Amino acid sequence: MNAHPVNAVVPATSRVDLIAISQLVTAGARVLDIGCGDGQLLKLLEATRGVDGRGIEISQKGVNECVARGLSVVQGDADSDLVDYPDDAFDFVILSQTLQATHRPRIVLEQMLRIGRKVIVSFPNFGNWRVRAVLGFTGKMPVTRNLPYSWYDTPNIHFCTIRDFVNLCHEVDAKIETSMVLHRGGQKSVPFAAALWFWNLFGQQAVFLLRR
Amino acid sequence: MAANEINDPASAAGAVRGPDRARHATSEADNPSSLVARFGPGKPLRLDSGGALVDFQIAYQTYGKLNADRTNAILVCHALTGDQHVANTNPVTGKPGWWSEMVGPGKPIDTDRYFVICSNLLGGCMGTTGPASTNPATDRVYGLDLPVITVGDMVRAQAMLLDHLGIDTLFSVTGGSLGGMQVLQWAAAYPERVFSALPLATGARHSSQNIAFHEVGRQAVMADPDWRGGRYFEAGVSPRKGLAVARMAAHITYLSEEALHRKFGRNLQDRDKPTFGFDADFQIESYLRYQGLAFVDRFDANSYLYMTRAMDYFDLAADYGGRLANAFLGTKTRFCVASFTSDWLFPTIENKAVVRALNAAGASVSFVEIATDRGHDAFLLDEPELFATIRGFLSAAGEARGLT
Repeated sequence: MNAHPVNAVVPATSRVDLIAISQLVTAGARVLDIGCGDGQLLKLLEATRGVDGRGIEISQKGVNECVARGLSVVQGDADSDLVDYPDDAFDFVILSQTLQATHRPRIVLEQMLRIGRKVIVSFPNFGNWRVRAVLGFTGKMPVTRNLPYSWYDTPNIHFCTIRDFVNLCHEVDAKIETSMVLHRGGQKSVPFAAALWFWNLFGQQAVFLLRR
Repeated sequence: MAANEINDPASAAGAVRGPDRARHATSEADNPSSLVARFGPGKPLRLDSGGALVDFQIAYQTYGKLNADRTNAILVCHALTGDQHVANTNPVTGKPGWWSEMVGPGKPIDTDRYFVICSNLLGGCMGTTGPASTNPATDRVYGLDLPVITVGDMVRAQAMLLDHLGIDTLFSVTGGSLGGMQVLQWAAAYPERVFSALPLATGARHSSQNIAFHEVGRQAVMADPDWRGGRYFEAGVSPRKGLAVARMAAHITYLSEEALHRKFGRNLQDRDKPTFGFDADFQIESYLRYQGLAFVDRFDANSYLYMTRAMDYFDLAADYGGRLANAFLGTKTRFCVASFTSDWLFPTIENKAVVRALNAAGASVSFVEIATDRGHDAFLLDEPELFATIRGFLSAAGEARGLT
């Protein structure tokens, strides 16, 4: 997949998953970004896709930054606040790098599928060989560049592998429209449908586009 | 609501007060130190209670300049006991305007960029027609002859003022508490006239607990023998004790336990040990007594009854078939709602109910809960996170509106 030309006014993003996500969003769509941080992805989507974007962010600092950038962002929590949105409220509901930090990932995913026609989820792959190697050879919970926290202070309480996530999608009856992994160095996105075992071992991050 | 952070009672005791200022306040009702728009018999105000208010006036202040396109007007809606003197010295108290931290040149609501309007609410006592005003039909003070006023009536009157000023669309409308209720009413009743809305520390209805507190205040006023069935003017008296007690009780609800403890704790006032009597031994007692006395010098008791009643009757969802989202269906207004963690009068959950309804209606809405121990009154105070939110929201909205 070719990288979409990024508008010059958009601050360069260091998170390759955001570029990958933005390529899945259709122009002019209504988008909800859950855990939108300082609004980096929403700004990118506004600039490159002309979306009508909304956000949910848990930190006051993040919300204030978003509001100051002209974004419509509500201070809130993926676990408790999605229930407030009506069915089919959005064309795309996005959860990037946040699923593993939710208390009830399955319910969050089901709520996303209810309020959005399409759902985009990105997450770190706990099945990556480095993670497996650290756990296997040292017997300790892995601390890597992508997963920099110690087990006792990590906000990431529900890690999963790509295979785990695919299973969850089957359980909640979500159809996988597109799936990608991001490599180490990760400038390219690769469709992996045919070689799940391979990418579950080598993928560092995964991006899924789902629908009901 | 109280315009000041908790004052040191000792230093506040030197402030001028007493009957002279009370008389001054009364004269403000008919002849305010403000701009006044008069609406003669040809321009009656339809009231929610059924009738109409004929021959009335609105006192208002403005700050900054209206631009040539008339697109930069911001309406500030004051709270229960506020007034139109947002950012100038108050003519009755001599103190700075109640939101002078927020409104002014270079302030978050920047009068170098925006044209700011604030009118005294209908039912108030600072120059807009209220129970302390003279009824032109009888040449007597209205007292309780004035029909009960609702938030809807207040906003309809403000809309007439904007017509009078030739302003079609507000760039923004903002206010906290009762002011926030007006913001929501504005957005629901006149969506096409409101480009952006900033309701603060408010709710789409007055809760049962809040009605209860208001009833305590009203009963305190009406139990004062000097209230005289609301006709105290003719007798040359005023229910000062009752109104002061009402204010003392209400004032507690504007603060928080944490803030009271931080400021006063169990400290004694000008003494080393308790007197074993009923004098104001504790600083908090002295402070509340001061707040009560200062209030009666500037506010009309009947007006307090009308303003509290207007809040009690507010239930926006009820006006839209019981579903709050219906009040905002199809709205293009950009909203920014803010609440405060220690506000127990309009707690975050009430503000979030508004946000939820706006989301359900597909509106553009931002929401921030600001961490503070200063309770409900935080919206009136120097809260940097609130200032940053409002400044950011308005400047982004200004860009969308094409303001330079």
